[in-house]
Amino acid sequence: MTDYRNSAFMFVLGAIVALFVTVQSIVFLRRAWQEGKRRNIAPEVMRKAVISSAVFTLVPSLSILLTMLTLSGALGLALPWIRLSVIGAVTYELPAAEAAAQAMGASLMTSDIPVSVFSVIIWVMTLGIMSGPIFIIAYFKKLQGRVNKIKVEDNRWGTLLISAMFVGLISSFLGSALAGGIVSILTLFSSALLMVFCIMLEQKAGLKIFKDFALPLSMIGAMALAILYSGLLGGM
Amino acid sequence: MEKTTGDNQNYEQSIHRMGRIWMSMALLVILAVPLAISVNFQTWPALGYLMGGLLPIMMIYVPIGIIEVITFSPMLGSGATYLAFTTGNLTNLKVPCALNALEIAEIEPGSSEGEVISTIAVAASSLVTNIVLVIGVLMFVQLAPVLSSPVLQPAFENILPALFGALGYLYISKNWKLAVVPLALMVVIFMIAPTAPVGILIPVSALSAIAAARFMYNRKMI
Repeated sequence: MTDYRNSAFMFVLGAIVALFVTVQSIVFLRRAWQEGKRRNIAPEVMRKAVISSAVFTLVPSLSILLTMLTLSGALGLALPWIRLSVIGAVTYELPAAEAAAQAMGASLMTSDIPVSVFSVIIWVMTLGIMSGPIFIIAYFKKLQGRVNKIKVEDNRWGTLLISAMFVGLISSFLGSALAGGIVSILTLFSSALLMVFCIMLEQKAGLKIFKDFALPLSMIGAMALAILYSGLLGGM
Repeated sequence: MEKTTGDNQNYEQSIHRMGRIWMSMALLVILAVPLAISVNFQTWPALGYLMGGLLPIMMIYVPIGIIEVITFSPMLGSGATYLAFTTGNLTNLKVPCALNALEIAEIEPGSSEGEVISTIAVAASSLVTNIVLVIGVLMFVQLAPVLSSPVLQPAFENILPALFGALGYLYISKNWKLAVVPLALMVVIFMIAPTAPVGILIPVSALSAIAAARFMYNRKMI
């Protein structure tokens, strides 16, 4: 029997999911663009948002691709492709698949997972992540209404509230990185320093490209330095 | 001015309608995958095994899923929320991507212009991830040894410090007063429990930042 995990059927499913996500993204992009034009946002600003976001996405996407390759050993290539194209994340897919495999007395460490286990894994991976989208369909409009109400009642506090949430998100990752060992700490500070350097190049030398691509440049530079730090410090 | 407010409300209404329709369709497509696999391979999961795998995952990810919506949606705005919660990878990709686009455009997060820019950013990001994954599927044999090479592993293992170091500088240098309490709290928590899951601590950190911001706002410190 051919490998069911990498069968044409599985790749057709993957193509359908990828096509759906592509169409949805284009529809939302088009709608936002129209709205931007109506609000007199310069097309150049919106174009820059597309390009900077596309460039920024490349490196994290390689990390997602790496997860796809990691999962492909046990699950084939098509299923990780499907799962990583839709709601979920690198940090969710692996534990979900492992929990499902363990419930069947199997493990992702093996490459010959029976189709019965495979079926449980895909059901668990799918159903386990549904709460967010269901909550959005049921309550998001109400929630957004409340946020808008806060902004209308006290715009300054509304703006501060959202900034505080951003800072809260970033602080949690900074705390995690600071506790992640010396390579993680050095990478964190290198990235921040590279960002300072990009801002200086933009402000002092007038090199606009360093503003538009400051984040991906800092990120790639810090990741390259992580390789160096790891080599020098022996992966501490 | 009144017309603009009315138009903004029309946009809000239309984006919620559109978002709910697309998200419902996305759920159907996502659910159709295991259904099609079970039908095609004629193997349906026994309820006992399914629940055995599902319960431990749901205990963690149901609250996280709901908390993520409450935490991220005010930052992303309506259009970007509907799209980001279909395409996934929020904390490591979509939210930082929207933040970066807003920063470059010099537009306030949560404003009506911010709503447009973050939707554009998330849409562009989703398209690029999709293309990268398709290339990964087509060129699996060539890419697998490169991406999994031991030389590159420290780079991928440290992708989050590399991302949040730069992003942290950008935001904290502008809002350092807002960052003192959540950052101190997170450093203490991670010093005590270095392997604590970040996903669960994001709302804790966000709530502490909001509480500190409210305290300072009431006392006109910010």
